[in-house]
Amino acid sequence: MRFQIERRVEPSSFMRFAAPVYATFSTLVVGSIMFALLGHNPADTLFAFFITPLMTINGISEWLLKASPLILIGCGLAIGFRANVWNIGAEGQLVIGAVCASGVGLFYPDPESALLLPLMVIAGMAGGMAWAAIPAFLRARMNTNEILVTLMMTYIATLLLSLLVHGPWRDPDGYNYPQTALLPDAALFELFDPMYRLNTSIFITIVAVFAMWFFTERSFFGYKMSVGGAAPLAARYAGFKQSGSIWMGLLISGGVAGIAGMAEAAGPLGQLSAQISPGYGFAAIIVAFIGRLHAVGIVLGGLLLSLLYLGGEAVQLSLGLPSALTSIFQGMLLFFLLASDFLIFYRFTPFPKPIKSGVT
Amino acid sequence: MTPRLELRHICKRYPGVIANDDVSLSVMPGEIHAVLGENGAGKSTLMKIIYGAIRADEGEMVFDGNPIASHGPSISRALGIEMVYQHFALFESISVVENIALSVSGKFDLTALANRVRDVSIKYGLPIDPHRFVCNLSVGERQRVEIVRCLLQMPKLLILDEPTSVLAPQAVTKLFETLRQLAAEGCSILYISHKLDEVQVLCDSATVLRNGLITGTAKPKQSTPIELARMMVGADLPETHLDPSTTSDTPFLNVDHLTAPSDDPFGVSLNDVLLSVFGGEVVGIAGISGNGQAELISFLSGEVLFKGADTITLDGKDVGQLDAGHRRERGLAFVPEERLGRGAVPPHHLSDNAMLTGHRLGMVKHWMIQRGKANDFAAQIIRKFNVKTTGYESAANSLSGGNLQKFIVGREIELGPKVLIISQPTWGVDVGAAAFIRQALIDLSRTGAAVLIISEELDELFEVCDRLHVICQGQLSKSLDRKNTNVEEVGLLMTGLKSNPNSNIGEAV
Amino acid sequence: MDLFIAIFTGTIIAATPLIFAALGELVVEKSGVLNLGIEGMMLVGAAVGVWVSYAGLPMPLAIMSAAAAGALASLLFGVLALTFLTNQYAAGLSLAIFGTGVSAFIGKGFGSAPLDALIPLEIPFLTEIPVIGPLFFNYDPLVYFSFIMFGLISWFLYKTKAGLVVRTIGESPESSHAIGYPVIKIRYLAVMFGGAMAGLGGAYLSLAYTPLWVENMTAGKGWISLALVVFAAWRPARVLFGAWLFGSMTIFQLQGQALGISLPSEVLSSLPYIATIVVLVIISRNWQFLALNFPTSLAKPFRPAE
Repeated sequence: MRFQIERRVEPSSFMRFAAPVYATFSTLVVGSIMFALLGHNPADTLFAFFITPLMTINGISEWLLKASPLILIGCGLAIGFRANVWNIGAEGQLVIGAVCASGVGLFYPDPESALLLPLMVIAGMAGGMAWAAIPAFLRARMNTNEILVTLMMTYIATLLLSLLVHGPWRDPDGYNYPQTALLPDAALFELFDPMYRLNTSIFITIVAVFAMWFFTERSFFGYKMSVGGAAPLAARYAGFKQSGSIWMGLLISGGVAGIAGMAEAAGPLGQLSAQISPGYGFAAIIVAFIGRLHAVGIVLGGLLLSLLYLGGEAVQLSLGLPSALTSIFQGMLLFFLLASDFLIFYRFTPFPKPIKSGVT
Repeated sequence: MTPRLELRHICKRYPGVIANDDVSLSVMPGEIHAVLGENGAGKSTLMKIIYGAIRADEGEMVFDGNPIASHGPSISRALGIEMVYQHFALFESISVVENIALSVSGKFDLTALANRVRDVSIKYGLPIDPHRFVCNLSVGERQRVEIVRCLLQMPKLLILDEPTSVLAPQAVTKLFETLRQLAAEGCSILYISHKLDEVQVLCDSATVLRNGLITGTAKPKQSTPIELARMMVGADLPETHLDPSTTSDTPFLNVDHLTAPSDDPFGVSLNDVLLSVFGGEVVGIAGISGNGQAELISFLSGEVLFKGADTITLDGKDVGQLDAGHRRERGLAFVPEERLGRGAVPPHHLSDNAMLTGHRLGMVKHWMIQRGKANDFAAQIIRKFNVKTTGYESAANSLSGGNLQKFIVGREIELGPKVLIISQPTWGVDVGAAAFIRQALIDLSRTGAAVLIISEELDELFEVCDRLHVICQGQLSKSLDRKNTNVEEVGLLMTGLKSNPNSNIGEAV
Repeated sequence: MDLFIAIFTGTIIAATPLIFAALGELVVEKSGVLNLGIEGMMLVGAAVGVWVSYAGLPMPLAIMSAAAAGALASLLFGVLALTFLTNQYAAGLSLAIFGTGVSAFIGKGFGSAPLDALIPLEIPFLTEIPVIGPLFFNYDPLVYFSFIMFGLISWFLYKTKAGLVVRTIGESPESSHAIGYPVIKIRYLAVMFGGAMAGLGGAYLSLAYTPLWVENMTAGKGWISLALVVFAAWRPARVLFGAWLFGSMTIFQLQGQALGISLPSEVLSSLPYIATIVVLVIISRNWQFLALNFPTSLAKPFRPAE
């Protein structure tokens, strides 16, 4: 029986929820095949990848610790994506946020001040926003595509970071490693428990999730941005300014990326180093997509991607599998999700047989 | 004599609608056969099936006595079937001869082809220069290219889909001469139209479609327009009634010597446009598309800002620098030609779409959306304007063209505007909805609002408007009183405005 | 003079991977498709090239494998964008991410064992001419091949019927389909061609430019190639010019000391990225200039109505 593709009359709400499930499932299937090809038992490896990391309290702490920046940045990016503002450079904004925050942390005259941490949060946010303001300006005033500009700015940001940690900011007692001195205690987020690395920065993420939900579902500006993303001519027809969406989309996502960067430096790392982020800015893009650009989905997506990071590290240690597996899984997940989305708008129907021989 | 083309029990279904339902017809060699029907009757789908661009779900096609087993555009061309689309399949970025080269097989030799093009175009009275780029051609010239492309293949069956919607009345006469010449040479012609008067003049026979079904066949020269119309519509054509009105003292919308050179290399520059629309009247602008309407509309709606002071005024106040949103606050409403993508956001539901311009009716408080008010407003529009939909939760792109247009028109009218501008109000809309919309526009004007209609359909303008202008190559004619003019005069103005410099509006009103 | 020769030849060599990737993407975009995944495809090509070379197989085979790998990778994007009608930006990004991951995966365990690199061809007699010789006749075969590809692509797009078809599909796939051309099939071919070219570009980096494998060794050249296509206003000759411009930026970094520039190496390394931004801004301001060559249907999903 041959099948043909037919457009649905109304998009399928069932598929909207089912697509991420299908995508996850397909990723697991292909992942199992990969494990088998590499000479490992698929079931055991899947278990080691996805279940084992969550079996200890430390594991849960790490899971939430990694999920927090992913969700935070994902929320910001989603606001922009809904308006067709494509910030691909969250990684760079994260780095600059970390740099600015660390600068405040390292050089603020009173290293025991209670103001230090809040100032660093502000510095991180401001840094990320400033870094995103450049592509925003270029797009709003000069019609320059933000995808490439934000990407180029990411490479520049990484180079700037390298310059600082190899040069003027390098810790003189650090054995020549490209990293700064440790940040003072007042500059660090408080841990929930000294045994685990999860810290109070997770509250920022929780607030951000609620704020994002509110903004996209209830605010008029959020509505205007979604019109701009879905039908730019309709936005112009209605008098909604495109530049507003562009600035909002980029500044919000840049700002939260900056805060996430600050949280890395003031959290698990405790200092600024050349490896400030394992690619959170890019992984958050996937989180935003998997989460269907909605707050609840982004939380789930962030938890899923965090698990991918943990799993990758776990099987690297226990089974000697390459750490690149994590990014392969990330890419596969996004790929299958995009493919599954197709079924929201189209479906396969059996190809009708012509009654007489004639027109085929 | 064997029929040139026979269709037997053709069926085509799309999700939610049957486009062609058991359609059978036959066309003899040398016959000019009309396929009549209103918008949405299934004519274009049927033609695409004949041409092979779409596959039928059921049914059979027989050409010159031979059944067609498998089909496609290249098979059509091999058989001698050629089609001139309503919206031409021409590429703007290349020349005429390159366009034609895409459709002919054989060696890729542009010089030889250019000579053939020139010869054929002259032979049939449609001269064109093969090396001009299509982007520089007028709409009428582009149609010539399409027809010449078909003629080069020496077709046995030529299909024309609504060919006169882009032509001024004089060009239509020329086209008919060409078609008669072709038919005399033995070529069959399938002529798709909803214009009864043209079909009566040109066609030997007619098949009438309504909602995908054949409702009758006729010999147009022997039938009356009423009989044909009844077959097309199923009832007598609804009539609009035009009550007399009193107009306001000062114009609600005034355009004073608007001149605007176009930035776009393919756009039209506007030249010294003068226009006044008073409250209580309906004014129309007639013209073939591509003569500056889109540019003028964008200036009036606020989608493009205009720098000159006091050139565009709304109720006496200069609005040239205000964007569309602010103009709505001053009492302007606007229904654009493009419904999905400009007048409505396709994936959004109707409640959101109601907010698109309706939000200033109290749906936003403290920067937050008042969802209840938006729902109510959408429901009100749906009810008052007879929009067939499951509710305000349905997506805009799930509505049929006519229903979406009713929704958009309804939304703008429910804003209670002082001035309503509407472009191509009933294009692609079924007859019932079209009559409803036209009456709604008239009724709006009789409540005291100023209504401006831009349309290509002269019949519609003559039915609805109190006064008419014609736009041609960026210039607007002086105002014509509907009662004192006719289609011929307007048709002349649509083609040759250069000899009629536009003059002061004060004269006509 | 030696410095001039070094800068000149260095520019040509640095431009070569960009020329491959950008010319390939130009063809893809001319057909109306926007593939953001060039970075991923280049990395896959680079990794596969090294892999085949380490396996002891001859260089031509390594190069062809890299091209094939790029084409295969591009299919991931192709299926999403052309059959599943996904948003092309998202599909391209997924290829970029996936390709980067796959290349890292393949590349693990290469270590830094020395590689049989692709060396410049010695053309008898021509290479020995003083000055002219080293300037024009002392390159490896892939460099010459990049110029051949430039010629072939220009001829194909503007002098053949097939090229005309590709360009018109880019303008209006609906009209092309109405005439009877298999729009989706042709776009698939274009996408795979773009993938093969990107794979070649990546292979050039890992087999000739710096003959070894490093994770993420393209360092953004895939993204820069995208900018190049816009900068070139979709005309092949301007791609060459743009690639040379960017190639020269890279050389500044390498020859910085010799040129007497005493800026930190990170600043010099950021020149190509800054240049890309500047170029994009300048180009985007003058939209009319671009409009004449812009493939109107770029990045819009197309579904043939049946």
